[in-house]
Amino acid sequence: MKAGVIVFPGSNCDADCMWALQDILGVNTEYIWHENKNIKKYDLIVIPGGFSYGDYLRCGAIARFAKVMESIQEFSSKKNKFILGICNGFQILLEAGLLPGAMLMNKTLKFICRYVNIVTENNMTPFTGKMKKGQVLRIPIAHNEGNYYCDETTLNNLIKNDCVVFRYSDENGSVNDNTNPNGALYNIAGIINKDGNILGMMPHPERAMIKELGSTDGRLIFESVIKYIKNN
Amino acid sequence: MAHAKIIVTLKDGVLDPQGKTVKFALEKMGYKNIEDVRIGKYIEIEIKNNNREKLEKEIDEICDKLLANPNIEKYKFSIE
Repeated sequence: MKAGVIVFPGSNCDADCMWALQDILGVNTEYIWHENKNIKKYDLIVIPGGFSYGDYLRCGAIARFAKVMESIQEFSSKKNKFILGICNGFQILLEAGLLPGAMLMNKTLKFICRYVNIVTENNMTPFTGKMKKGQVLRIPIAHNEGNYYCDETTLNNLIKNDCVVFRYSDENGSVNDNTNPNGALYNIAGIINKDGNILGMMPHPERAMIKELGSTDGRLIFESVIKYIKNN
Repeated sequence: MAHAKIIVTLKDGVLDPQGKTVKFALEKMGYKNIEDVRIGKYIEIEIKNNNREKLEKEIDEICDKLLANPNIEKYKFSIE
């Protein structure tokens, strides 16, 4: 399999994602410059965190018009092609309309950078096959706009279709207002599309790959999708 | 040359943490009559186009495609 990590001006987790995939998990991985439209050869594309185009106007609003994003639309419609948007990557997927909803400023008005617990709501996706349902992962967040919002109909559809993959919880998997760091609707930390090949999440799995960093739970997400790709 | 003045605000019902915080600060300052505060963006565009109808269509498209996110925001504009 082959993975690609998109690099926009202002991406700053691209090298971490490369490290996670290539150095830690041994996946053949390349950087994809945002002007590159030829992305057919990849099986998994990661849209990394950072501040693409300075986060000007809205997070991800300008990045979604980059040349590579035109190809991403087509890429996402193909079988056995997977997209993982992390943090700013999630925001870009929302702006591009590849996932529903939008991000508001954190309810605390603060940039939050700390470990959080997220509970796996759906372990039947290609990105969560190695988890048990209800398994709690400890993965850091680092964002100012992670307050997920969508209208009621969209939320009901997300829930009905099992598209809510991760929710902010406590270490036992219990979800309530006290375990919600940023005000996200329904404590949403990550959602997937109906076809199950586009996952957007605010926590950074690439920062939770080795025990020296405080957690290895991020591996499960990468390892799940890698396993899925190799078996299909 | 025409000037478009665009105001982008959060839709009614969408939480505005900035607005809430400013409201709180104003109340602390003693302004007790504040009902609500909402914060948005003001954007000015200078654009070459003399056809009024086309111009309105173009600005509307610009707002829709880039300047506002229809999931959370609404916009209005005037052209001078």
